[in-house]
Amino acid sequence: MARPTKTHRPEGLDDAFALGPETDAVAGPGADPDPGADAAGGTGAGSGSGSSAAPPPTPVLPVLGPWGWARWAWRQLTSMRVALLLLLLLAVAAVPGTVFPQHSQRPEDVAAYLVDHPGTGPWLDRLGFFDVYSSAWFSAIYLLLFVSLVGCILPRSRQHWRAMWGRPPRTPRRLGRFPAQGSGTSPDEPRVVAERAAALLRRGWPGLRWVPTYRVDVHDEGGGTWSVAAERGYLRETGNLVFHLALVALLVAVAAGQLAHFRAQVVVVQGDTVVNSVASYDTLERGRLFDPAALVPFTLRLDHFDATFDPDTGAARDFTAHVTVTEPGADPAPGIIKVNDPLTVAGTKVYLQGNGYAPAVTVRDAAGEVAFTGPVPFLPQDAVYTSRGVIKVPDVSGGQPQIGLVGYLLPSSMQVGEDQWLSTGPQPDDPLLVLSVWSGDLGLDGGVPQNVYRLDEAGLTQAVDAAGTPVTLTVRPGETVDLPDGLGTVTFDSLPRFVALDLRRDPSLPWVLTFALVALAGLATSLFAPRRRLWLRAAPGAPASSGGEPGAQDLGPGTVVTAAGLARGDDVGLAPELDRVLDDVLHRVKADLPEEDGRDDAW
Amino acid sequence: MTPGDLSTLLVWAAMTAFTIALVAYTVDLSRIAEAAQRRPRQLARVGAGGVADGVAEAGAGAGVARAGGASARAEGIARTTTALGIVFLLAGVVLRGIAAGHWPTANMYEFTLVGVLAASAVLVVVQRRRFIAFLGVVVLGIGVLALAMALLVFYVRADAVQPALQSYWLVLHVGVAITATGVFTVAFAASVLQVLSAARAEGRSHLAAPWARADGVRRALVRWQVTGPRFAWLRQVPDARNLEALAFRLNAVGFVLWTFTLIGGAIWAEHAWGRYWNWDPKEVGTFVAWVVYAAYLHARTTRGWSGRRAAYLVFVGYGVVIANFTVVNLYVSGLHSYSGLR
Repeated sequence: MARPTKTHRPEGLDDAFALGPETDAVAGPGADPDPGADAAGGTGAGSGSGSSAAPPPTPVLPVLGPWGWARWAWRQLTSMRVALLLLLLLAVAAVPGTVFPQHSQRPEDVAAYLVDHPGTGPWLDRLGFFDVYSSAWFSAIYLLLFVSLVGCILPRSRQHWRAMWGRPPRTPRRLGRFPAQGSGTSPDEPRVVAERAAALLRRGWPGLRWVPTYRVDVHDEGGGTWSVAAERGYLRETGNLVFHLALVALLVAVAAGQLAHFRAQVVVVQGDTVVNSVASYDTLERGRLFDPAALVPFTLRLDHFDATFDPDTGAARDFTAHVTVTEPGADPAPGIIKVNDPLTVAGTKVYLQGNGYAPAVTVRDAAGEVAFTGPVPFLPQDAVYTSRGVIKVPDVSGGQPQIGLVGYLLPSSMQVGEDQWLSTGPQPDDPLLVLSVWSGDLGLDGGVPQNVYRLDEAGLTQAVDAAGTPVTLTVRPGETVDLPDGLGTVTFDSLPRFVALDLRRDPSLPWVLTFALVALAGLATSLFAPRRRLWLRAAPGAPASSGGEPGAQDLGPGTVVTAAGLARGDDVGLAPELDRVLDDVLHRVKADLPEEDGRDDAW
Repeated sequence: MTPGDLSTLLVWAAMTAFTIALVAYTVDLSRIAEAAQRRPRQLARVGAGGVADGVAEAGAGAGVARAGGASARAEGIARTTTALGIVFLLAGVVLRGIAAGHWPTANMYEFTLVGVLAASAVLVVVQRRRFIAFLGVVVLGIGVLALAMALLVFYVRADAVQPALQSYWLVLHVGVAITATGVFTVAFAASVLQVLSAARAEGRSHLAAPWARADGVRRALVRWQVTGPRFAWLRQVPDARNLEALAFRLNAVGFVLWTFTLIGGAIWAEHAWGRYWNWDPKEVGTFVAWVVYAAYLHARTTRGWSGRRAAYLVFVGYGVVIANFTVVNLYVSGLHSYSGLR
């Protein structure tokens, strides 16, 4: 069915099986018939770099026009060698992303690197070394790889589709060239032997007899000679093609997800409620095709947050956020979010990504008015929750300087020296706020968005004592402390916890998973399903048709049986299988075999 | 004695057993090498070994259950102590899991134990069919070194795990990754032997021709050239084609497991971090190893790349796997910073 002139195979593919039985490919790579290259009409250019045997034809320059060059480039791109090169290039190109800090993961490290390396840093930045996985060169490599893959796989799929409906190739005239061979004699008629062999080959899987292994044809070759042609393992190429096509589909699904996804981050303090809408998020990242109006405006309230730590080592053991979710038009429902267990609400997944303390403070200005009250999230810096934060107080009574408080929260404080404290554990056993005081202009009125965890010190002055050293305030829960310079007072009211939540929606996820699993299944099939062809010829007991096969010399009165096998790739199970079939056909007894054969089976 | 202490003791016992097995394998290999060196001298030696040798080897390679000169006692000791080591290590891993209260694949110490267990188990399966002393030397050499590193450098007290690791994926994702590493280790040893065997059969040695500048170095090493008498034992191993087939089977199994590692890791990352792919250093390392092994599978079927060059890709791939386990765990900070060492 699959005639040699129609077969497609990528340049450089070293696979005797793909060539069909009648070519000389089994004789070794030196022969290199490569009928596909000739069919493509390339005059010399088509046979590319590796075809050593074909003598270079006389150059006919005008033939290779733009179309010819395009053809040549396409053949090169879809060749095995270029695919291999691109794979290796992809592996190399992925490495810098772990050597250099990446914008997408640790932007602060990138900034630090740029400061430390003023010479090379900007160049590396320009060349995309801090954004390796979205850089032009990395994208070029994998896109070329996928183009090469598609260019290679689609013609092969077409060919395989035809082969699936085809019959095993007819028994070649000469069986002496194949990697696996066998012979023997039988007292039965050739036709009986051939039909017995066909029945044996059609028998199916051991234990699963109804699942066919070999596709078998019996041919009457005339002159009393009968032959059997059998082929198995179409699934191998199917698996191979499915694997590669699934990879393409996976890439498409990931790209589609990038376009349609949204991801938001929000910090919720115990007792607070957040609404699923763009306005309430701290950060939002979305694909071009994501419509913010599609967000279902559910609300989520953090009722309680449990954090468990190992009493000896202080290592984290469990984080559980107890929330109440209210979807529009529905009753409030309780929910639980844990680290490995996101909550799904209206198609949006809510992940617990972080937690910490948000000390609730009240700041009164010089006039005694409440200028600020509420919880302020302090970001934990280490395993014992030494947390850093900023309290900005812009809304002071008229004429007074604005106030900024910067410092640390220590959940289990311990004084280690004058003006020196540290935290000894993550639980709030003895919380302490250690703050320095700034006053002046916070710079919030310019309309420029500010980081809530940083103080812009440009318009501020730090409060100092009489000796000129900065003032450090320490406040415990329930205490009220005077601010220096008569700025007012600060009260540490309570210490609620906060959680950092990621809200995320990616409609492509089921597809990504499906294609990944399909790829895995295809890969396993393509690696473990053997593809084999077996031929068996039963000729009347005269050496006429077998033409002096080696090993066929002990001719009896019955039938001379010769057999050969060919496999895709290096298949060490081929020869044992041929022997087994031959033994069964000839009713040979296993014990006659040399003992070593069983061992070689393992290789 | 607590289960944790007992586990540590068993791991020490396993390392001792593996060390004895390693010595036995080495003794066996040296006996084979000695016998192989003696034999060509008794025969008329043609030229300087090389091609003439290779012809003789082709016949000797196939179908020999025990290599010539091999010591039955050394092989028996190697088999027994390897099995004993596996039993000790398995008991150590189980007790470790009991002590820690979770599947013991949560830090580098535990990874290493399970990885050595997987590699030695695969070794035993491969050796069951045919005893190849060289594979035992390479795999147990790596295994003993890894166990020593585990006990002396990577050791951490058995303890419960942090919330991010509390998932059944700790069993699937990490367990499969470690098993794949064990399979790759044996495949790597087979590929090394394949390259040596092919080089000897083809009479090809880098030490044969003079080196331009560093010829002194070459002369110092020339006794070790693969075509020389020191490597005459290579006639006793299966030929390069059979070794390639063995390495391919193991690598194919490892590659499928590695693919599952990537997919399982992505699923877990989706649960834990809300992103199935982060380009985290560990993920990149796993991806690079996957791509290199994929390149190996393609190289096998590419004209001009099959055989020796494809085996070089196995070396690169295995190097990436090991670097991904050691360098990335110890020196690169990322989301996978679970070595337990600070």
